[in-house]
Amino acid sequence: MSFSVLAQSDISDAANTATAVLFYLFAIMAGGSAICVAVSRNIVRTAVALLFTLTGVAGLYFLLNAEFLAAVQLVVYAGGTLILIIFGVMLTSKSPFSRFEAKLGEVVIAMSLACVLLFALVMGIVRTTFATDEFPTGNYPIDRLGQVLLGDYLVPFEVVSVLLLAVMIGAAYLAKGRRREGEEGAARSGSLSRQAREWS
Amino acid sequence: MPILAQQSLSQPTLFQQLVFGEDPGLLVTFIYSFILCATVFAGLVSLVAMFCIWWERKVAGHMQSRIGPNRVGPFGLLQSLADGVKLLLKEDLAPDAADHFLFRLAPYLAFAPAFAAFLALPFGPDLTFEPRLNVGLFWILAILAVEVMGVILAGWASNNKWAIYGAMREACQMVSYEIPLGISIIVGVMSAGTLNMVQLGHLQGGGLHTWLIYRNPFVFAAFFVYFIASLASNKRAPFDLPESESELVAGFHTEYSGLRWSFFFFAEYGAMFVVGGIQAALFLGAWHDPFGLIGAAYWKLMLPENYNVAALFALNCIAAAIFCSKALLIIFIQMWLRWTLPRPRIDQVLYACVKVLLPLACVLLLGGALWQWLIPERPGIPWKDYNPFNFVQWAEAGFTAALVIQILLMLIGLAGFVATISWIAYAAASGRNLKQRLTEPAPIDEPSEGEVVAT
Amino acid sequence: MLAGIQFGIIGLQHYLVLAALLFVCGLATILVKRNAIGILMGVELVLNAANVNLVAFNRFAHGGGAGPALKLDGQVFAIFVIVLAAAEAAVALAIFLNFYNNFSTIDVERAQNLRG
Repeated sequence: MSFSVLAQSDISDAANTATAVLFYLFAIMAGGSAICVAVSRNIVRTAVALLFTLTGVAGLYFLLNAEFLAAVQLVVYAGGTLILIIFGVMLTSKSPFSRFEAKLGEVVIAMSLACVLLFALVMGIVRTTFATDEFPTGNYPIDRLGQVLLGDYLVPFEVVSVLLLAVMIGAAYLAKGRRREGEEGAARSGSLSRQAREWS
Repeated sequence: MPILAQQSLSQPTLFQQLVFGEDPGLLVTFIYSFILCATVFAGLVSLVAMFCIWWERKVAGHMQSRIGPNRVGPFGLLQSLADGVKLLLKEDLAPDAADHFLFRLAPYLAFAPAFAAFLALPFGPDLTFEPRLNVGLFWILAILAVEVMGVILAGWASNNKWAIYGAMREACQMVSYEIPLGISIIVGVMSAGTLNMVQLGHLQGGGLHTWLIYRNPFVFAAFFVYFIASLASNKRAPFDLPESESELVAGFHTEYSGLRWSFFFFAEYGAMFVVGGIQAALFLGAWHDPFGLIGAAYWKLMLPENYNVAALFALNCIAAAIFCSKALLIIFIQMWLRWTLPRPRIDQVLYACVKVLLPLACVLLLGGALWQWLIPERPGIPWKDYNPFNFVQWAEAGFTAALVIQILLMLIGLAGFVATISWIAYAAASGRNLKQRLTEPAPIDEPSEGEVVAT
Repeated sequence: MLAGIQFGIIGLQHYLVLAALLFVCGLATILVKRNAIGILMGVELVLNAANVNLVAFNRFAHGGGAGPALKLDGQVFAIFVIVLAAAEAAVALAIFLNFYNNFSTIDVERAQNLRG
């Protein structure tokens, strides 16, 4: 769909209506499933709700003229991180549908805290007047994004790549340690094969 | 590296102009997009999937000296439709111990991304659904990455150990092969300088030697890396570990039946077409013929004095046919491999990714970047900015080295293509004799001439 | 209460309210869940809320010119946030798996070996 057309700041009623329709669509998708993430008790369903939240947020990025970011959101979050999380769920739940119930008191406290915080934030946002300026019309400047990333933000970019390398090594180390431990003490119900036997 | 002049944003696409006149309102555009999405795209994806399923069965049959479906319609073309009706009538079973909500949701989660990926495929210069999507290629990659969620959830929600094994394998395989897939695409994109699928197409309009695959040796190699990685990320054989029938029953869709089961197949064949389409659009010249005729005609038509909507429409139709046949050719190679190669183990699959393809792709990325620096390629759109066949002009502009390399690579590629085609032709010809011998009906029922029939 | 917001014309405040909702949901998830992976999902929600804010401010209050002078700081920040979130998820999951190997559960209430 012509997201990029709808997002430009050409002020006409039709454009506004279309943008509004799309915004509310994605906002309900993201917000509704975010609430599901908070209230759902089944961890896999929580992950599915998170998928819809992330997709909705990707749609919002489209509306915000950030097409590249929307694609990054889909490929890294929905296609990478979330799969990793589901992988973790699969490996760590004994029965396929694991539940850890929180105590009722905790839930009440957490929910009331959340409601108060939401109220405060919304009031704060609504009562503030933000200085805005118009985003320049025209195409999404994807080449500009590349120039910014490798120009003004070159140092953070390189630092992030070093960090990713460190994370890769760290995660590999942790995973390797796990396998050794699993081989030593099978009684600890550690190894993957034990896990597989429990499923079957 | 050429940074192309970007298409004006407010310019409506050709078909919007055709239907609504010069300047449709935005709400009209929105409604038009929605209707187009609901009718043309749903139809197109199902048509592609059904055709590919029929074709796969045909190819498999011929490769195994059978005939394949041949009863329903001409050449059995309507077999998929008949199967679809059959699947519609089947009971929609869900196992008792399954997580019912997720079990029902999963097929749609697998199908929707394959459907959404058609959004940016360039069927023709004006036949792309959203030509202004500037991250088109990346968008397709991203949306195909979401498809794996449906498969994993299907395996998980079935509450069946085979299904879970299939889902785990899919998760491993998909997440690993995304990386060489993405990197090999970047090698091509680096040479083109754009992610917009339509502009990728325009860049390759000047005949065989301007196709991106022949731009430099690294893109040439990246083409093959991409092909292997796309097989794996599409869970096509020989990488069909998630549904390997001989060990996991049917893998992640063991528990599915009826229409929901067929959704997985629509998703798979839709995704096959999409990765084939990416390969055609990024490496094989998108909708252009090998001689650059379409590019020349298009840019001639684009001149204000020649502008003719009917001719443009006809040109687009031819372009779409060429693009589809390129994508289908790649699908044919996928099928050919499926019915030829044995299936490796999961550790071999992951070894091939992490220790072979990934380093190879990284080397190609580095090499491609250095190559651009040492031997600059000719920027601009063929026929619009320069004449691709005027070799003197190439030399004058200082791109002799690039031209020589491109033509050399083109000859290598052409030789490989001709060798492959003659191989297939030879195999088909020799296979036909064999099949005739095997399948000729033995005269059992009919009494021979001189024999007396007992009464 | 909502007098300051026009519903028909989508502006900065709409996105901010949505981001606030996402943030609060993420916070509630972190507080309510006892499954470590659930808590990780809450953290992802919070990071997404921050990202929506960053990109929305970049769109509506970017404070730069057009073309080569266009400022994209918000989007670049969001990209870094996404990258770091992915890295964080990888390390967190490795830790959770190790924890699971030692305790056979990922209930965070059980992780109290260091308590005196």
